[in-house]
Amino acid sequence: MSMIFGVPLAVLSGQLLIGIINGAFYALLSLGLAVIFGLLKIINFAHGAMYMLGAMATVLMFDYLGVNYWAALLLAPLLVGAFGVAIEYFLLRRIAGQDHIYSLLLTFGVALIISGVLVNWFGVSGLRYTMPDVFKGGVNLGFMFMPYYRAWVIVAALVVCFATWFVIEKTKLGAYLRAGTEDSELMQGFGINVPLLISLTYGFGVALAAFAGVLAAPIYSVTPVMGSATLITVFAVVVIGGMGSIGGAIITGILMGVIEGLTKTFYPPASSAVIFLVMVLVLMFRPSGLFGKEA
Amino acid sequence: MTMMKKLLTSAVASAMMASGAQAAISNDTVKIGYLADMSGTYRDLAGPNGLKALEMAIADFGGQVNGAKIEVVSADDRNSPDTSSSTVRRWVENEDVDLVAGMVASSVSIAVSKILEENDRLGIISGSAASSITNEHCTPNHIHYVYDTYPLANGTASAVVKEGGKTWYMLTADYAFGHALEGDVTRVVEANGGEIVGAVRHPFPTQDFSSFILQAQASGADVIGLANAGADTTNAITTASEFGVTQSGQTLAALLLFLTDVHALGAETAQGIQLTTGWYWDMNDDTREWSDRFMEETGVRPTMVHAGIYSSAMQYLKAVEATGSDDAQTVRKQMMDTPINDMFAKNGKIRVDGRMVHDMYLAEVKTPAESKNEWDLYKILRTIPAEESYRPLSESKCKLVNN
Repeated sequence: MSMIFGVPLAVLSGQLLIGIINGAFYALLSLGLAVIFGLLKIINFAHGAMYMLGAMATVLMFDYLGVNYWAALLLAPLLVGAFGVAIEYFLLRRIAGQDHIYSLLLTFGVALIISGVLVNWFGVSGLRYTMPDVFKGGVNLGFMFMPYYRAWVIVAALVVCFATWFVIEKTKLGAYLRAGTEDSELMQGFGINVPLLISLTYGFGVALAAFAGVLAAPIYSVTPVMGSATLITVFAVVVIGGMGSIGGAIITGILMGVIEGLTKTFYPPASSAVIFLVMVLVLMFRPSGLFGKEA
Repeated sequence: MTMMKKLLTSAVASAMMASGAQAAISNDTVKIGYLADMSGTYRDLAGPNGLKALEMAIADFGGQVNGAKIEVVSADDRNSPDTSSSTVRRWVENEDVDLVAGMVASSVSIAVSKILEENDRLGIISGSAASSITNEHCTPNHIHYVYDTYPLANGTASAVVKEGGKTWYMLTADYAFGHALEGDVTRVVEANGGEIVGAVRHPFPTQDFSSFILQAQASGADVIGLANAGADTTNAITTASEFGVTQSGQTLAALLLFLTDVHALGAETAQGIQLTTGWYWDMNDDTREWSDRFMEETGVRPTMVHAGIYSSAMQYLKAVEATGSDDAQTVRKQMMDTPINDMFAKNGKIRVDGRMVHDMYLAEVKTPAESKNEWDLYKILRTIPAEESYRPLSESKCKLVNN
């Protein structure tokens, strides 16, 4: 068997593929953060909690209402998105225009409250969610066993990422959005309801996190604390990609998944640190991020 | 100086007992501090329900012992030795706490036991895993009650090797507890003629195990050993099942698995996994009766830690009752002299190093067809006798043992 740095080629190809799958998760999550920061200049520390809420909603809707996976894929982001709109309307709007640190602290507090309350109700051991039958099993690719569900994760995440990028960068709605956040008074003069646009944007950003949560529910243990660790990594991804760069967030997400995957093969103890190492390097040599516009 | 003081105190206490005089319970109050992870990763296995178990024991005593009131205070240890140390210092120095119970993260227990030794108070550790707690970290002021890494490795690893799982690949949590467990497993596997063919140390915590599972699959080992705990273990097991580890002929051996973890995984995912446990709720009439009471209070079935908290509190309160004292050394000696026979253990015995030795059980997770309800999860394959389970005193590095 051919080897690369003492690792069989087959194993390496498997790890690359796994990296891309995890990268798809990072892309989806960092995309939501990038949309919210890029358009609203809000540093959304509640993003991990929204991801968790998406996963929790999937499990709870199934347990109590019998809502299946496909319906949850639509309903959970809608519910969490609506919750996000409420947060924007009742809380974030009141500190609009203040320093970034205010929205950071506010959303951080909201996240702590949400996960604290849910820990009290559901504990931390995790809720059980059975994989939909259609995804059970997998296919042997020769170099690795590929579960059907992971293949689905790549497809679903990439489609949603691309659609989001397309809407924001290439459509009229996206143009309104970008213009509304650039000069809201002028846009209001044109008859556009900018506050509504802002609420919806925040709602959409967190709905993306909830969508990632639904994708995660069958493969990771669903607990009220699952979001906190992920959040920090995803923030690093956004920083590397360039705060607010939508396309950058997607590409960087996948890239970081691959780098992390390779680290897990060559030197596992560093795998939780490698993304932050990249972040440090990027901040040193390209402070506005790989895809960010120079400030 | 402290040793002298301890000797004197116990001498005085025994003299008072001998003369039939009522020994003193300080402040006419027996005060128990319950310290555990109330909100983090280790919450469910002890946590708020462990406090309920403690309160059940106190209620069974009628809320008092020898006319002295029994009080409880509790705190969240936040899995931090620093936070825990300052809490316990306040408890023993300012609030006259006589006993600290609960304690989960091994690092917390080791830090707290040092403070208890300085202040000559008693601690009963029910949740921690590290066997070093009664080995190099032993003190005359604490008791380790429910289980430790030594029998976990002895029970599960030797059973799996004997069934033909000769080659092992270890997935180890990269911190003290994981390293300790990996060490204990390696010893047992090699002693039984097996071999460790590879290991990967994963960061704590890890959510996505797919990469590590893939490496374990590629190693071709018979057994994938999980030397981790809590969400790390459940995530690894879920991923292993998704990637078809068991279908490809490899066995999973989870070294530390609590009932709450298995409940979270469900019989579908966890079926067939072998594990070692210090107790299970559905073993006999005594365990079932107590578990029914516990379930009425909490809505869930108890873990071995919950049961151990109740049992050890009863053993403590009985010792206070018998000696009429809440002095740490007097009570500890009485606890050691009285065998433990209750819903938790048969002929359990607290050794001089503070280790409570009792029978352990090798269990297997039932299949969905065998499991009659959501908590009907284990079948007990074998009782591992106490003397076979724990590290023998002849191998002990504890300063209280004369080797």
